[in-house]
Amino acid sequence: MIGLTRIAAAAFGAMAALMLAGCGERPQVSEYKQGKYQGKKDETPYAGAPFNGNRDQWERDLRTRAQHQNEYKRTGG
Amino acid sequence: MARMKFLCDAERCIECNGCVTACKQEHEIPWGVNRRRVVTINDGVPGERSISVACMHCSDAPCMAVCPVDCFYRTEEGVVLHDKDLCIGCGYCFYACPFGAPQFPQAGAFGVRGKMDKCTFCAGGPEKDTSEAEFKKYGRNRLAEGKLPACAEMCSTKALLGGDGDVLADIYRTRVTTRGKAGDVWGWATAYGRPDQKPGSQQPVPGPAPAPGGKS
Repeated sequence: MIGLTRIAAAAFGAMAALMLAGCGERPQVSEYKQGKYQGKKDETPYAGAPFNGNRDQWERDLRTRAQHQNEYKRTGG
Repeated sequence: MARMKFLCDAERCIECNGCVTACKQEHEIPWGVNRRRVVTINDGVPGERSISVACMHCSDAPCMAVCPVDCFYRTEEGVVLHDKDLCIGCGYCFYACPFGAPQFPQAGAFGVRGKMDKCTFCAGGPEKDTSEAEFKKYGRNRLAEGKLPACAEMCSTKALLGGDGDVLADIYRTRVTTRGKAGDVWGWATAYGRPDQKPGSQQPVPGPAPAPGGKS
């Protein structure tokens, strides 16, 4: 009988806690700070493979690649 | 490194739309969204000029200024990107942009305006670089692969240049000093100019006036 009462009390307690959780109000809307980016932080393009944080190498590669657009260099003209 | 920029040489652009196709293919852009387009002035009239237009990644971007949820940011390379998780698809950026860069895909059966989509300079967005999530939301991140935007690299006449602004300026300067003034080597005057006239000096052939508000 005592065991049954304990189970009922525990069930009541759990139910009460569950119902109280429904009353909890978590903010659903972001608080915007005017003029400041609010989104996720982006990582730098050279952070991952194949550059692994080597910014100089990344810049050098892009500069070399940009020169492929210069056909006067490509043709030697 | 200076800021990343696009530069389109109107003397060279032949309106092939290769840049548009390259962009759509590279990022698997849905139907109805054009991150890049080719605009032609006086189409069909001698002396017509075409230019490839997308987001110009403005140094003082109006889209950033008007966004009510501040979802835009500028990377340290000067690329203007946005977080699609924050975008509410209001369209303010579209009204503010002088280039018509922001695009809104149709979302849902009733044509509800989706989240804004625009040229990312092939730099992805605020997701893990080269991840599946980044590709789905923003397209391929070529910058993280050490490559330049697909549109510029695919341009057959190299009218469209993309990359570090200083490097592009050097390329363009070399080009102009080598070819002389516009029309000496490339473009309309070379293709259709009369041999008895100096390139660039011939008068346009009289013809019917272009229709008002011609093709753009």
